[in-house]
Amino acid sequence: MAQILKMVGQRLLLGLLTLFVVSLIIFLGVELLPGDLAQAILGQAATPETVAAFRKELRLDLPAYERYFEWLGGMVQGDFGRSLANQREISELLGSRLENTLFLAGLAAVISVPLALTLGILAALYRNTLYDRTVNVVTLTSISFPEFFVAYILILFLAIQAGVFPSISNIGPDIGFWERVYRTMLPALTLTLVVVAHMMRMTRAAIINLLASPYIEMARLKGLSPSRIIVHHALPNALAPIINVVVLNIAYLIVGVVVVEVVFVYPGLGQLLVDSVSKRDLPVVQACSLVFAMTFILLNLLADVLSIVTNPRLLHPR
Amino acid sequence: MNVKDLQGLVSRGKMSRRDFLAQASALGLTLSAAGTLADQALAATPKKGGRLRAGLAEGGTTDSLDPATYTDIYMISVGFGTHNSITEIGPDNQLTGDIAESWEATPDAKTWTFKLRKGIEFSNGKTLTPQDVIASLNHHRGEDSKSAAKANVDPIKDLRADGDDVVVMELHGSNADFPYLLADYHLLVMPEVDGKADWQNYVGTGAYVLQDFEPGVRTFLTRNPNYWKEGRGNFDEVELLVIADVAARQSALTSGEVDVMSRADRKTVHLLGRTPGIEIEEQTGFLHYTAPMITTRAPFDNNDLRLALKYAVDREQLMSTILRGHGTLANDHPIAPSVPFAATDIPQRQYDTDKAKFHLKKAGYDSIQLDLSAADAAFAGAVDAAVLMKEQMAPAGIDITVVREPNDGYWSNVWMKKPWSMCYWGGRPTCDWMFSTAYAEGANWNDTFWSNERFNKLLMEGRSELDASRRGEIYGEMQRIIHDDGGVIVWGFANYLSARSEKVTHGPDVASNWELDGGRYVERWWMA
Repeated sequence: MAQILKMVGQRLLLGLLTLFVVSLIIFLGVELLPGDLAQAILGQAATPETVAAFRKELRLDLPAYERYFEWLGGMVQGDFGRSLANQREISELLGSRLENTLFLAGLAAVISVPLALTLGILAALYRNTLYDRTVNVVTLTSISFPEFFVAYILILFLAIQAGVFPSISNIGPDIGFWERVYRTMLPALTLTLVVVAHMMRMTRAAIINLLASPYIEMARLKGLSPSRIIVHHALPNALAPIINVVVLNIAYLIVGVVVVEVVFVYPGLGQLLVDSVSKRDLPVVQACSLVFAMTFILLNLLADVLSIVTNPRLLHPR
Repeated sequence: MNVKDLQGLVSRGKMSRRDFLAQASALGLTLSAAGTLADQALAATPKKGGRLRAGLAEGGTTDSLDPATYTDIYMISVGFGTHNSITEIGPDNQLTGDIAESWEATPDAKTWTFKLRKGIEFSNGKTLTPQDVIASLNHHRGEDSKSAAKANVDPIKDLRADGDDVVVMELHGSNADFPYLLADYHLLVMPEVDGKADWQNYVGTGAYVLQDFEPGVRTFLTRNPNYWKEGRGNFDEVELLVIADVAARQSALTSGEVDVMSRADRKTVHLLGRTPGIEIEEQTGFLHYTAPMITTRAPFDNNDLRLALKYAVDREQLMSTILRGHGTLANDHPIAPSVPFAATDIPQRQYDTDKAKFHLKKAGYDSIQLDLSAADAAFAGAVDAAVLMKEQMAPAGIDITVVREPNDGYWSNVWMKKPWSMCYWGGRPTCDWMFSTAYAEGANWNDTFWSNERFNKLLMEGRSELDASRRGEIYGEMQRIIHDDGGVIVWGFANYLSARSEKVTHGPDVASNWELDGGRYVERWWMA
């Protein structure tokens, strides 16, 4: 156990270093883009005087490194700063967006993970049957379509023709939990269709891989039922790769869903990031990127910890 | 009294349907025709109540409540929903007063006196004073102004209050159209606090009160119960949603999630219009698409070459391909047909490769190679339009290379920098405004760097001329000068395409100075 804690500590410190590097890369990347916030906001209406006034007020006329260190100084003290475009506190801007993103990712995960695992286990159990092939074809088809296409198909059938779910996720500030689940259902279903195949195929492959091992042979010779063999003997040993792929997909649900957010008008972090990049609102871009980077770092750490905990050989290394 | 007057009486509730039928048949109308007319008038009577939900493009998380930063329909809806301007472009495209009751100018059109309506209150109970108006305009003036409307208030030399309800504005020069400049959507009237306009608390004199503003997501307004305009501010609640994706906007409208949407897709709008319960709103606005050439640089400093290019553009093909017919042909000048003093008598310039060749020859070329810079930042379809122009000009011996520029920084690095580029203009409701913005010598946005002595002289003359027929002559000649000598190909005015559910309705006229009734639909429309 002490070893795990030590590993977690080390990884967190390395994570901080990663975050620093990420912030530097993002800053340089946005700096390299043509134009700045003043030009992006004024657009065609920009004149040299108004652009200069804008830059002066927002301190965009300072050299890049000075602005970076000023931002870093605030960040170290836990101050995200303010959005350059509308002077709102970034922590306030980010808070509700992050909550929305996590809610959508959570709902999609709650639907897709059990579904994928069940389908995968059953596919391993009945491999090479009609069921196995059908599940494979259907999930691979849904992952092969672009997300927005899946989204439009769901909108067409479930929102416009059947009228079961709303076509846009209008999440006001004061709606109840179940109302919120209802309004988030279509984006969650879209994401489910997009991620199930990966997890399902990995579960199936990991289990089938083990079915040739001697101890499974032994279990079979003892006369155990196939379902008992798979759930009790094969699955625990297949957990490590499954956990990894599940966590990878959850990370994707948090950081990679901007297209789905746009189609369903879901107010998540992805939209915030895209808006801010297009307007060169650097502090907001930085804050979003750091949240995304942190998501990856923490989820990967979680995956490693879970793999170790579920595998006695890794838990007690000699 | 004619039928129109009678209809007016019915719609204002001054006459019953039955009386109308009696009177109308006395005028010789059949009973069923009279019945239809009466119903039309009744339908045009604003009704209170309901909740308007609008799905709008062009909102972003970077939006700010500061009126100096507004650029498009989303923040315009929020601004006009909660605030008033000094003057207003009415549903019939005529200028009327908003908080100003009346105005007059000295004969040289240099000093303007605006009389404010009495008893207007902000939604926090403060009474409107001339100081509020002055502070609101000063918000956009001055050296360190970062306002997009700085050009509108630049003509003002001095502002002063005269008593409790009069603002006197002294201008640097004559400007007969000055009241139009004050109808701009940036110039909202805000309360004055310590000598400055207070936009941060977002209190206005408008039809609604801001309850919740989440940039890039949603804005929620409730009715201002003390609103002072009759028949305006009809909804109980207004919800403005940002829906950036056009397919999402259309499906939200079709499935009844929103009642009004901005910017319908030109490619599919005919299908949307066929959906039961959906009405398409299409108005020819002032928005136009141009290809400016920098006239101070060779070879564009030669007017014959410019004419050759103008003759070598097939405007009709551009209209049917790029705009899918949702627009009006333009005639190489920027004045839309609905602008007062538009010179519709200038013959439409036709695609004519022979004339193009003739002018090319006159300019001293047998054939010529030119670069045309384009990016979709100029307008959606700008690159396609450039490629089409390349094909159209090839038979005239003009060989264009379309240079695809990055969208980012297009307005700063390409437009007005590269010799020939693609561009759009939102347009202006008056000739003088449009000309002084983009055609006058030395204007900030004179994107062709064009300077024509006669034109500039006429511009000054037009500003101090208050006689309408003389102004018509002046502006007609100016449009002809741009048409024949200007450095710009103007090929089309685009229609504003938006859509509404039949649950929401409006009066007989819809303004065309901006999308959705000049951006004032929140204030003007009502639940059917």
